[in-house]
Amino acid sequence: MTAGLWQNWVLPGIWITVQLLVYSAALAAVTAFAVGMARTHRSRAVRFLAGLYTEIFRGTSALVLMFWLFFVVPPLMGWQLVPMWAAVLALGLSYGAYGAEIVRGALNSVARSQRESGIALSFSPWQRMRLILLPQAVPEMMPPFCNLLVELLKGTALVSLLGVGDVSFAAYLVRLATQESAQIYTISLVIYFVLAMVVTRSMKALERRTKRNIGIEPEPALLGGLFARRSASAAGTEVAGGASK
Amino acid sequence: MTWDWSAVADFMPRFWDGVLVTLQVLVLGSLISFSLGLVWALAFRAPSRFVRWPVNVFTEFVRTTPLLVQLFFLYFVLPEWGVQFSALTTGTIAIGLHYSTYTAQVYRAGIDAVPRGQWEAAKALSLPAHRTWSAVILPQAIRRITPALGNYVIAMLKDTPLLAAIGVLELLQQSRLESASTFQYTEPLTVIGIAFILIAYPASLLVRSLERRLVR
Repeated sequence: MTAGLWQNWVLPGIWITVQLLVYSAALAAVTAFAVGMARTHRSRAVRFLAGLYTEIFRGTSALVLMFWLFFVVPPLMGWQLVPMWAAVLALGLSYGAYGAEIVRGALNSVARSQRESGIALSFSPWQRMRLILLPQAVPEMMPPFCNLLVELLKGTALVSLLGVGDVSFAAYLVRLATQESAQIYTISLVIYFVLAMVVTRSMKALERRTKRNIGIEPEPALLGGLFARRSASAAGTEVAGGASK
Repeated sequence: MTWDWSAVADFMPRFWDGVLVTLQVLVLGSLISFSLGLVWALAFRAPSRFVRWPVNVFTEFVRTTPLLVQLFFLYFVLPEWGVQFSALTTGTIAIGLHYSTYTAQVYRAGIDAVPRGQWEAAKALSLPAHRTWSAVILPQAIRRITPALGNYVIAMLKDTPLLAAIGVLELLQQSRLESASTFQYTEPLTVIGIAFILIAYPASLLVRSLERRLVR
C-alpha cells in the first residue's frame, strides 16, 4: 500500500470514524439518560412512552433505521440529511435505546432505602434523582456502557454503506485501487481493534473515577487492559445482551 | 409525499422471498454460533496455555471488530485463497462466526456458574471427561444460558441486513431492489423496518419469560 492511499483515504477515514463515534456516543448518552430516567417516572404515560421508544428503536435493525432516515425522512420532511448526520442520528437513537435499559437497570438497583430517605428529607423528585440516585447508579452503569460503546464503534462501520468516508469505506476504496483485499481488510480490522482498546481503557479509567467519587474502589482489572472487558461482560449479558449493531 | 398502499402490495412477493432468506441465515447462523461458541468455551478451559491464549486473542479480536468489515474480509479474501463460496454462504458463516464469540462468553459464564460440588461429584464417580461435560456440566449450564443465547439470536436477526452489502437477497436487499425498480423508497423500507420490530419485540418478550422460568 502506497503512502498516497494512507494519506488520502485511510487516515481521514480513521478521523471520520472517531468523529462518528464521539457524536453518536454523545447523542446516545443524552437519549439513554433521558429515556432511562423517564422509565422510572411516576406518571404511567411517561413510562409508557419511554418504553415504546426503547422497544421500537431496539426492535429494528440499525442499518434499516439508517437507510430509513436517509431515504424516507427527506421526502417526508422536505429536507435532506447529510449522510454523516443521518448516520449519527440512527446510531445515537438506536444505541441510546439500548443505553436506556442500562440506565433504568442501574437506577432500579439503587437500594430502596436510599429513595425513601430522599423522600423523608422532602427532596423533590428531581433533587432525589440528581443528588441521591444518579451518583450511585452511574458507577454501576459503567461496565455495560463500556460494552455498548464498543458495539457503537463497530456500528459506525455501517455508515460506509451510505458513502460516508470512514475506515470501512476507505478499505473499500483501497481494495478497488490495489486489489489486495487481505492486506487492507486486515489493516482495517486492526484499526478497529486498537480503537476498541482505547475505548475500553478510557472507560475503565472513568469507572475508577466515578467509583472513587462516591467512595467505592473498583476491583483491580484482571490480566490488564487487553482482557479488561471480560469481567464486565458477565454483568452486561442480561442488559446489553440484545445490543449489537 | 404520500403513503402508497399499491407500492406495498407490489413489494409483497419480494418481501416474502426476503423473509425466507433472512430466516435461513438466522437459523444456520445460530447453529454455527451455538456450536462454534461451545468449542471456544471449551478451549478457554483447555489445560494448555498454547490453546487458551490464541483462542482468547482470536475471539476478543473478532468480538471487538465490526461484522461488516469481517463480512467484506471473508467475501473478498477467501476467493484469493482459493475458497469460493456464494454470498449467502459467506454471509451466514460471517454472522455465525461473529456471534460465536459472543455465545462463547455466554457459555463461559454458564459453565462457571455450575457449582463446584458438581465437578467434585463427577470426579468422585470417576466419570471420564466427556461424560462429565455431556452428562453433568453442560446440561446444567445450558439451562441457565438459554435466555442469553436467545438474546443473541435476536441481535443476529437485526444484523442480517448487513448481508445486503455483499448482495445477499435478504429483506434489506429486496427492498433496495424494489426501490431501484420503482423509485419508491418510503414503502419498502418502512415495511421491512416494521417487520423487524414485529419479529424482534415478541421474541424479546419470549426471552424475558424464559429468563423468569429458567434462571431462578
